[in-house]
Amino acid sequence: MRAERLTVVTLGCVLGGAVLLAALNLLTAPASDLHAPNFVISLVGKYLCYAILALAIDLVWGYAGILTLGHGAFFALGGYAMGMYLMRQIGVRGVYANPTLPDFMVFIGWNKLPWYWYGFDHFWFAVAMAMLVPGILAFAFGWFAFRSRVSGVYLSIITQALTYALMLAFFRNDMGFGGNNGMTDFKEILGFPLNRETTSVGLMLITALVLSAAFVLTHAMTGSRFGKVLIAVRDTESRTRFLGYRPESYKLVVWLASAMIAGIGGALYVPQVGIINPSEFAPGNSIEAVIWVAVGGRGTLAGAVLGAILVNLAKTMLTSALPEVWLFAIGALFILVTLFLPRGIMGLFTTCLPAVVPEATPDAVPGIAAAKSAASEIAG
Amino acid sequence: MSRGPREGRRCRRSSPHGLFACVLLTVLLTLSAPVRAQQEPFANIASMTADVEAQGVTALAVSGNPRAATVINALRDGKLYTWKWPRPDCPLYIRTDTGFVDARSGAPVTTPAASNLRRVIVNDSVRAAIEIAEGALDLSSPSSAARLKAAEVLFQASDPGALALVEKALAKEHDANVARVLRQAYAAGQLKSGTGSVAERLAAVRELAARPDLSTRSLLSSLQSQPPAVAAAITTAIGAIDYKLKLWGLAENVYYGISLGAVLLLAASGLAITFGVMGVINMAHGEIVMVGAYTTFVVQRVIAAFAPALDQFGLLIAVPAAFVVAGALGVLIERTLIRFLYGRPLETLLATWGLSLILQQAVRSIFGPTNQDVSSPEWMSGSIAFGGLTLTINRLWIILFAILVLGALMAVLRWGRLGRNIRAVTQNRRMAAAMGIRTPLVDALTFGLGSGIAGMAGVALSQIDNVSPNLGQNYIIDSFIVVVVGGVGNLWGTLFGAMILGVVDKFVEPFFGAVLAKIAVLVFLVLFIQRRPQGLFPLKGRVAEA
Amino acid sequence: MTGATLLYLDGVTVSFDGFKALNALSLVLEPGEMRAVIGPNGAGKTTMMDVITGRTKPDTGRVVYGENSDLTRLDEPAIARLGIGRKFQRPTVFEPLTVHDNLMLALAGDRNPWFALWARETPSERARLDELLTTIRLVDDRDRPAADLSHGQKQWLEIGMLLAQDPRLLLVDEPVAGMSDAETEETADLLREINRTRSVVVVEHDMAFVRALGVKVTVLHEGSVLAEGSIDRIQDDPRVIEVYLGR
Ligand SMILES: Nc1ncnc2c1ncn2[C@@H]1O[C@H](COP(=O)(O)OP(=O)(O)O)[C@@H](O)[C@H]1O
Ligand SMILES: [Mg+2]
Repeated sequence: MRAERLTVVTLGCVLGGAVLLAALNLLTAPASDLHAPNFVISLVGKYLCYAILALAIDLVWGYAGILTLGHGAFFALGGYAMGMYLMRQIGVRGVYANPTLPDFMVFIGWNKLPWYWYGFDHFWFAVAMAMLVPGILAFAFGWFAFRSRVSGVYLSIITQALTYALMLAFFRNDMGFGGNNGMTDFKEILGFPLNRETTSVGLMLITALVLSAAFVLTHAMTGSRFGKVLIAVRDTESRTRFLGYRPESYKLVVWLASAMIAGIGGALYVPQVGIINPSEFAPGNSIEAVIWVAVGGRGTLAGAVLGAILVNLAKTMLTSALPEVWLFAIGALFILVTLFLPRGIMGLFTTCLPAVVPEATPDAVPGIAAAKSAASEIAG
Repeated sequence: MSRGPREGRRCRRSSPHGLFACVLLTVLLTLSAPVRAQQEPFANIASMTADVEAQGVTALAVSGNPRAATVINALRDGKLYTWKWPRPDCPLYIRTDTGFVDARSGAPVTTPAASNLRRVIVNDSVRAAIEIAEGALDLSSPSSAARLKAAEVLFQASDPGALALVEKALAKEHDANVARVLRQAYAAGQLKSGTGSVAERLAAVRELAARPDLSTRSLLSSLQSQPPAVAAAITTAIGAIDYKLKLWGLAENVYYGISLGAVLLLAASGLAITFGVMGVINMAHGEIVMVGAYTTFVVQRVIAAFAPALDQFGLLIAVPAAFVVAGALGVLIERTLIRFLYGRPLETLLATWGLSLILQQAVRSIFGPTNQDVSSPEWMSGSIAFGGLTLTINRLWIILFAILVLGALMAVLRWGRLGRNIRAVTQNRRMAAAMGIRTPLVDALTFGLGSGIAGMAGVALSQIDNVSPNLGQNYIIDSFIVVVVGGVGNLWGTLFGAMILGVVDKFVEPFFGAVLAKIAVLVFLVLFIQRRPQGLFPLKGRVAEA
Repeated sequence: MTGATLLYLDGVTVSFDGFKALNALSLVLEPGEMRAVIGPNGAGKTTMMDVITGRTKPDTGRVVYGENSDLTRLDEPAIARLGIGRKFQRPTVFEPLTVHDNLMLALAGDRNPWFALWARETPSERARLDELLTTIRLVDDRDRPAADLSHGQKQWLEIGMLLAQDPRLLLVDEPVAGMSDAETEETADLLREINRTRSVVVVEHDMAFVRALGVKVTVLHEGSVLAEGSIDRIQDDPRVIEVYLGR
């Protein structure tokens, strides 16, 4: 089947590319033309984290039809969990040389570690929290939202409100997460100094592995009977109810999985960029992540990965060359993709993947009329 | 960075309070000062300590000394000199064009060696005291407004030393308002002086209780060692004042809430058309508001350059201009973008988000990233006092404007030809088309109408917020909340939603602070949508479900 | 209630903004029965189906199904799991999914997401699917997306999905609207066939079709039952004639 081949190709590209880059960094002389400099390694590591986020978004948007404008929140929460671990690792090397309290806490006059910082001196705990905290938040949110049948743009807007509210909350100093400045100046992870190049190569390779694992996982999920119900729910939710399915529980499961994947992406992101602060929660970030998926091709997992990497590559190149053009470019991208490329780049290559997005009708208005009357018949 | 100037504006707005605090401080310090002002009205005016100097200014102003005005003016103009080192007689000189005169008598003096003199320095707190003092000196002005201000200053000073002056003024005063404040000032001074019989003091407390504000309260609570009957009366009076202050505080919060609600209403009215009636999720709505604000800026610039005489009417011209500019932009957006996305709300959301980024960057490229200076005409500045409330006039105008816009919008929708067509098209597009209504045109005009209203909202916002490329972003989420809470497609609901949100925001804010208030509102929204996805005022029947 | 009734609507009233779409409607269906429900536009036929399937909650009245379960307290999935299937007027199948997947999702079984994550097709399921594909004549199209099917094929696929659900009671809303005479006849045959093992409620306008079914007919008018009986009796009833011709 074509989808299977595509999966293999994507996995090969991600893993092979990562290994190749690592080799070019470690095994070639810095002066050599083939040498991959460190900044390229950390950039690629960053892109791969974004690709994990894109997979998470595609899972809920592409397959379950939930347009999330707040997935950056789960990503950032995962990032904060890892940031807390890295912060605790600084220990006495901080400016205030306090063995337990991070610098910013000393600075605002705290003298005791708040209870929610307990355990973050263990790596495994931080990793668990990077998945659990987004998971719990997603579960609580989804439980309410899906059961009361909030959907469509309303859901999108409240996901945006969610990340916005979290951003405001994390900006506060007394939350105990470093306020405005967030957390930075990390020293080491699991004993490996973060400023050493082998560490960044290692992190990049691990990210590639995690991305592949997430890819295989989401692929299995969407290919299963569960995935087919999701697609049914996405396109004709009320019909599935009359077949005896509860769309809300399916959405909740996929939403939860997606939030946890995003959290892991964030946890990998922080050690590679060296900072986490509340601006990661900015609604704009989450929406930008949605457009990666749209560019690559919504409803195809390979497309999500491809879109995340391509758009961010373009962003890196454009913002360094012509900073003020970037906003024009991303804005135009939003418009052009939704108008002319509803199935993204993958739509150009493939025509009959199992999870096609309904083709846009050129004369939209009569199209809707038909769709609406069909929908309203089912609806009542 | 974008916050700075706005804070500045807020400070300026609150400056009466600052002044008031200054005065209060002055009063308290006067009381504790070792040299009592009434002994020698000029005693402290040349003090090296700014606060003492400020007290000296006040003391001089209320002393009734005939030279007070001259000396204070000289101080203001930097013409007051004193001996360089302290001398018990504290000589004061005023520099004239020709030389020096003695400040106390006005008699020319033989020029003291300039090297022996220092100019009396005026800093901000002294300048504030001077401003008040100049008011107090106006007690004999023919304008009753000026006299009222002066009486107010005397009340704030409540200096026992000024009792004679107040009494004199009271005898001459024929304006009831001024006389009342003078009586209050007299009562205050008398209570302060600690003289007078119990009956007199009780009368004074009663007099003061008629004026339930913060300054009276702090005056009353500062009085000590009073006879028991008077002390009891004072406690009762303070209790009564506290109660009234609380009521006024409540009213003030409601007013702030309503004025915030009016701003939200303006921002949301356009959205109520594009989102509520047409069902188009326009994430660039805030940017259209921003374009309206920039139109105001451009209009003001053009007027300043070509027709300075129209200066005061800039805003009146900006309103239709912003409507036209934003409306045209809206029609353009509808024709080139939105119309291809009808029925696909999620795609519309993404595309219009992209549009908002482009509009922001375009404005940033053209006008620069910094805030633009939009001025307020005179008829919109100032404030009016209403009981214990101070209502700023620009807010009042905005409330009025919001009501007018909403009213006009409702009228257009109900009685206008366009309104009829809009309703026809939204209720049954095919039938409307069959009846000969050009539905694409109606779509474009509807979107243009909503955008035009957003543009007018921008004109209003330019008066209270920074005109910067980020202007729109601050309102988009709130506007959506308003429309959603009010019920989609229902203008009364929009009005109600805006007011609820504004008032709730202002009431939650004092308890939780602005950030948590915002979070609380968002959490409320999330819960609200889940409880009542159709809003508070759902449309009934099948129309709502189609 | 007697154990003999399958479905019992007891004084069901539904009002929208004061307008009564159903007005104290009562109706009894025996197990294994096929019932035709007719009535002019707006009589409340679809609303009645909405009430039975849990889509609309009645203001008053009960809907008793089988052994004293009151359907008005359940939601759509719960009612569907009790064995009530519904076919809409317009064919609604899951277009991006293949014919095979459409049927598989409808197949009776566990509806739990956790189960669905791990489910593999069992041999008995495969056998049942093959059987269904043959019944609805889509064996050759089993791996085509449903979107590619013709209108008629979609109708059949939907009927296949209903059968896959293995319901005890089938509600069918205007199945022959827009069909040719031949197709109409074929559909009548199919419904009779289905009725051999299940109870069926058919809503229809088409008198010829109802006559072809040859079952007991209930006439709805303004939300309540106007008449009930065989088609011949109904067609002679002056009140029914008045309702149909008077408008
Ligand atoms: N959700 C609703 N809101 C308002 N009126 C409705 C709603 N559903 C049905 N109705 C009204 O109830 C009446 C019965 O509708 P329906 O059951 O669809 O009739 P039928 O299927 O017999 O043609 C109609 O007049 C219809 O307008
Ligand atoms: Mg019907």
